[in-house]
Amino acid sequence: MFSYYLRLGFASIRRNYILSSLMIVAIALGIGASVSVVTVNYLMSSNPIPHKSDQLFYVQLDSWSPHSPAQEPNEPPDQVTWRDATNLMAAKPAFKQSAIASSGAVIEPADKDVLPFMASIRLGFSDFFSMFEPPFLYGSGWNSQDDTNRNYVVVLSKEMNDRIFGGENSVGRSVTIADAEFQVVGVLNDWQPVPKFYDVTTGAFNDVEDVFMPFYMKQELELNNGGNTNCWKSPEGEGFAAFLNSECINYQFWVQLRNENEKQDYMTFLNSYVEEQKTLGRFERPLNNRLSDVMEWMEIQEVVADDAQIMLWMAFMFLFVCLVNTVGLLLSKFSGKASEIALRRAIGASQGDIFYQHIVETVCVGLLGGVLGLVLAFAGLEGIKMLYGDFMSNLVKLDVTMVAFAFILALISSVLAGLYPTWRACSVAPAAQLKN
Amino acid sequence: MNISHLELGPMRRALMRNKVGALLIALQIAVTMTIVINSLSIVIERDAMMQRESGLDENNTFYLTSTGYATDYNGQVTATEDLITLREMPGIVNAIQINAIPISGGGWSMSLATEPGEDIDGVSTAVYMVDQHGINTLDLEIIAGRNFQQNEIRWRQNGMTNWPEMTILTEAMAIALYESAENAIGKTVYIGDDEPMTVIGVVDQLQAPWVGWDDLENAMLSPENLGWESSRYLIRTQPGLRDELMPQVEEMLAQRVEGRIIRSMDTITATRDRSYRQHSAMIKILLTVIVCLTLITALGIVGLASFSVQKRTRQIGTKRALGASKATVMRYFMLENGMISTVGIAIGVALTIGLNMLLVDWFNLTPLAWYYIPIGIICLYIVGQLAVLGPARRAASIAPATATRTL
Repeated sequence: MFSYYLRLGFASIRRNYILSSLMIVAIALGIGASVSVVTVNYLMSSNPIPHKSDQLFYVQLDSWSPHSPAQEPNEPPDQVTWRDATNLMAAKPAFKQSAIASSGAVIEPADKDVLPFMASIRLGFSDFFSMFEPPFLYGSGWNSQDDTNRNYVVVLSKEMNDRIFGGENSVGRSVTIADAEFQVVGVLNDWQPVPKFYDVTTGAFNDVEDVFMPFYMKQELELNNGGNTNCWKSPEGEGFAAFLNSECINYQFWVQLRNENEKQDYMTFLNSYVEEQKTLGRFERPLNNRLSDVMEWMEIQEVVADDAQIMLWMAFMFLFVCLVNTVGLLLSKFSGKASEIALRRAIGASQGDIFYQHIVETVCVGLLGGVLGLVLAFAGLEGIKMLYGDFMSNLVKLDVTMVAFAFILALISSVLAGLYPTWRACSVAPAAQLKN
Repeated sequence: MNISHLELGPMRRALMRNKVGALLIALQIAVTMTIVINSLSIVIERDAMMQRESGLDENNTFYLTSTGYATDYNGQVTATEDLITLREMPGIVNAIQINAIPISGGGWSMSLATEPGEDIDGVSTAVYMVDQHGINTLDLEIIAGRNFQQNEIRWRQNGMTNWPEMTILTEAMAIALYESAENAIGKTVYIGDDEPMTVIGVVDQLQAPWVGWDDLENAMLSPENLGWESSRYLIRTQPGLRDELMPQVEEMLAQRVEGRIIRSMDTITATRDRSYRQHSAMIKILLTVIVCLTLITALGIVGLASFSVQKRTRQIGTKRALGASKATVMRYFMLENGMISTVGIAIGVALTIGLNMLLVDWFNLTPLAWYYIPIGIICLYIVGQLAVLGPARRAASIAPATATRTL
């Protein structure tokens, strides 16, 4: 029976092909718009490290001016000072912890044919690798001895390793960065968390850095400040040391805490640390320390752009219009078939059969719309990538979940749209129709 | 007009018989109106934002970064010689060293106050460190006071955190601090709580690096050259020569001194495109939505009206046989559409205002200007009438004889 209804359905679609294609295009446009916008929102709000996002916490300390909060109303600053970052690292009470920062420097490849170039740098501690779990192609991260001994070691991104060493296993080889010689200890495989959660200060969807090196290299090599630097008061004195010693914030701080107890213990530690600093004349604001896990931090940092959310709303309303349109058109189409339905009823089809037949037809329209919608969604995402450029390139990948979502959306919406017209079609009174 | 008055009653009763169909169209019109008006308001606001001028000679200006990496690299000597060479190059109007590029997204900000003290609320401003050629290179006009002189320019070395003795402000900044440009001249402003600077001049307009910043027009010039390893040059060329000069300048600088790289060369026009990309993308996406939505709604109206004409062929034939003119039949369908549109638009006005209130509340958008609503109403009536025109014509062309035939 199903295949017969399928044939009938397609025959009916062909018979009224203008009306049918209008319906299919309307559903397709609605699905295409929704799926592409939902994809962007879904990736923006996706969990970049699902298996431990509730164990990784971003640390905020309220070291800001006694006269005004870093951000209204009474929000602590979004980064920490060099002094606090290094003090917290020295105490090391958490299971794992790493202060991080961004910078940049010139790399001079050993191969003189390759011109020197500027590379972006992520400064961090050895725990960075075990906390955020970047995949390694060769070697591994450095160890905590390298941190404290200020050893000149680096981990390269895959792209950097390709550029400097032609993709070979470069572990143990040396590379000149910021006029200093570093030893390669590891090479990462492709790694691009979306969002790039560990540092969202200059954008949540930027590319991962080229080079990773121990945090104290900032001081050793006097590396410049990447990201945002904010100061509520000017550094006291001149020179790099004065800057590091100042109240300027440019560093992020992450800890891994495995359970509620560890979290409470760490909070207690932070509070006592700030109390201790207060005796030194710092932290003049009331106690206001924060620990936010990955997803909470993404929420606070408003990683999902307002524009994307506005578009999400618009897209769903757009889909609604397309569906209402389809309901209206189906209604017209089915009531045009009243005499055919009456005939089928008169020669023995039950109301259930008629319902089945028309739902099959509706679902066919829905699925055709869904397929076309998926094509439009691909086109839409390409369009978004073209319009937004680099910023969006990590955000416009259609995965299995989204393809499945598109089909389910198409199916549900076409069945919903078809329900009322089909019901109306079934309630045709055979005798009255046949008299005409 | 009398006839149409009489027609409204039966028309309403006819519509009530196909309530759902009519209601669906009305609903479609209502939601379409809601989306179109709100989107249009966003589009127009973003467009106005993109029209703002940076103050620079945007079409003829480019910039690049010179980063020294060799141990014996001397930032101050290199910059001094670079600037002399650049300013002598044919086709170049002027060139400066600068710490940040307007409208580029990255830069410095400080707070200026009219009195010293930690607890005084200052006015935030972007800081541009330039020498006496800044005014010419940035295409600024001095509207009060004077430019820096050569002997007033100091060198800012690595790690220096204090400020020069004088500054030039933009007009917006002068007004924010002293109510007028003239009033600002000779006054002392305090930077970083308590360091005094004398205002010696006011320029017409220069935007800050951050296009999304509320105080985009607030900027100050600080009379400094930069002795850092890494420094930016902003270069203004004669009209039309920019693209030709860019590779020449890049090569000249790279050749001139060893142990440095020339990087991040870009034009102000490309920078503007990048900074406003999000907004231009939003505009294009919303315009596409508006067009698609209007088309779909219009086609829906065409579909439903065609169908109702088809269904009523015999009644129309009868009407025509009883003496109704073609015009009467057409007017019937146009009026019917008008009635449906009226219901849709009434719901639409409420939804439009509702959605706008939500958008303002959640996303801090500017509230809708009132005149969008009457304009929207008129446009939707026109779209409805245009859409129904085809089916109505077809209805009018039904021959009176149809009444006597069975279908």
